[in-house]
Amino acid sequence: MQFTFFHLMPYRPLDMTERHKHRAAWVVLPNELYDPKKGADEYQSYIDQLVYAEKLGFDVIAVNEHHQTAYGLMPAPNLIAANLIARTSKAKIAIVGRALPLVNNPVNIAEEFAMLDNLSKGRIITGFVRGIGNEYHATGINPYWSHERFQEAHDLIVQAWTRPGPFAFEGEHFNNRYVNLWPRPYQTPHPPIWIPSMGSSETIKWAAAPERKYPFLVTFSGRDLVARYLNLYREQAREYGYECSPGQLGWASPVYVADTDERAKEEARAGMESLFNDFLAVPFQMLLPPGYTSLPSMKNTMRMRKQLGAKKRHSLEELMESGTVVVGSPKTVRDELSALRDRTGANNLVTMLQFGVLPDDLTKRNMELFASEVMPHLRD
Amino acid sequence: MTAALSSHKVRGVTVRMRRGGSGAPLLFLHGANGLPVWLPVFEQLAKKFEVFVPEHPGFGASDNPPWLRNIGDLAMYYLDFIDTLNPYPIHLVGQSLGGWAAAELAVRNCSRLASLSLLAPAGIRIKGVLPGDNFIWDPDEGVRNLYHDQSIADRILATPMTDDEADMALTSRYAATKFGWEPRWFNPSLERWLHRISVRTLIVWGQNDKLFPVAYAKRWGERIPGSRVEIVPECGHVPAVEKPDFTAREIIRQYAETR
Repeated sequence: MQFTFFHLMPYRPLDMTERHKHRAAWVVLPNELYDPKKGADEYQSYIDQLVYAEKLGFDVIAVNEHHQTAYGLMPAPNLIAANLIARTSKAKIAIVGRALPLVNNPVNIAEEFAMLDNLSKGRIITGFVRGIGNEYHATGINPYWSHERFQEAHDLIVQAWTRPGPFAFEGEHFNNRYVNLWPRPYQTPHPPIWIPSMGSSETIKWAAAPERKYPFLVTFSGRDLVARYLNLYREQAREYGYECSPGQLGWASPVYVADTDERAKEEARAGMESLFNDFLAVPFQMLLPPGYTSLPSMKNTMRMRKQLGAKKRHSLEELMESGTVVVGSPKTVRDELSALRDRTGANNLVTMLQFGVLPDDLTKRNMELFASEVMPHLRD
Repeated sequence: MTAALSSHKVRGVTVRMRRGGSGAPLLFLHGANGLPVWLPVFEQLAKKFEVFVPEHPGFGASDNPPWLRNIGDLAMYYLDFIDTLNPYPIHLVGQSLGGWAAAELAVRNCSRLASLSLLAPAGIRIKGVLPGDNFIWDPDEGVRNLYHDQSIADRILATPMTDDEADMALTSRYAATKFGWEPRWFNPSLERWLHRISVRTLIVWGQNDKLFPVAYAKRWGERIPGSRVEIVPECGHVPAVEKPDFTAREIIRQYAETR
């Protein structure tokens, strides 16, 4: 398997009592709750963790983009990536991803990734996403056009990387008289593009298409959903007439390892529960603004919600039960991860070993145990 | 009287339409929540008018043509619609999003209009007077913040929707998002062309509107030459629902003035 160490960079010093006086830790959470001195220390810790991951043997270190939220302090993930390039030498650096529909000139994204690819001499992996629904509240971009803007921005960026410039791009949302990248990307034909997704049949169909074959990552989902979506991708590839490679399939999961199951649960509980209940939890109308998902899938979601009723807090036990998180002794974690690998044939494991309020010392031990007790057993 | 639910087809786009009454034609353009039921206000208007209440393209069960992408398209669509409806001058009434479409239509071409009534229309922006954010409100807030009289909201919230009704409401919400999300409920160039509106115009606004504050009424009144502004006391964003007598009376009064 290929191992990625992924960071969200949450703002851990958040006053959770204050947080729950507001709709979410996103968009409307007053930024007076952010203390720059504490925040600067957070950046330092987190970048140190990413750099340390290379030393521990992770193949890829990864960051991503979120806006106006304590959930993740990387509105501009390429700035972190640039820093990581300078402090590492062999690990791939993944930005998974940039939210394409949120920008008004996607050429800027193509340019920045091309720069990072040159600066790192080809160590960059890119990720293309639409962003969580909340980002459409944060940026004002109309979610009704989210899919259209994503497709168009994708086409523009890939063309900017691969077509001789200057050329003109003529779209519905983006129109550029001159597309002519200086610098061009270092990798040929361009840096890899990963597609992280909560899973949707439209996205799977698109990513698996023979002209793309983009590696697909199921994020923050229980094991059954991970298996379902990855198998959908495999079947889709067969429909297209090819067999997908293990490298095209992956999933992302928060993981915690300690010497015993009991100890792992005790140490991971606050971090895991804060990730899902304090940082990530948002009201429905922020998470899924109209248009963000297709109308048919939204109708289904609404009916499921009607049956399920109001959501309560997730306990660590529930998250473990569904396989959304993996927590336990090295053996427990190995067994859980290898079972899902065998069930899906996926080769790409994106781990989140710092999550929610998990402190630095436990993060470091978690990383070390994962690298020494889990990773070698799952290597090919 | 019962209103008929029919459909109307213009340039290959079929929309649902309620109609009732007899008299001069009145075209009512609904707001972001979609095609209303046959409201008491329609019943009153139907005594003087033949009332047409189409469901906008993209809303509910109406067709959603991919080329209809913004409020200008909707306004042009309704100009085509009016041309095919009947040959008589139309009394155009628009609520909120429908008021915005009506104003966009009127700045383009007033020649088919007999009068214009704007009920708390979207469409312009006054810097420093922020509208409510109905996209971030939760479903309960989305109902409660529309009405001053909370017993109306109580009644709406106590009435469960069938799956079909919920699907239609969702479809309408998608369509409203297309027109209103960004820029939020306004067209930056509309305000500077409102002087083009050359028919008698009535502006009705709830004193307690939590979506578009009542300060907007004055600005509309200043921009449309000769228009009349009526502020409705103890009324939220939907005068047609919350104060049907007042709303119908003022529309009929304006109709009388045009004769």
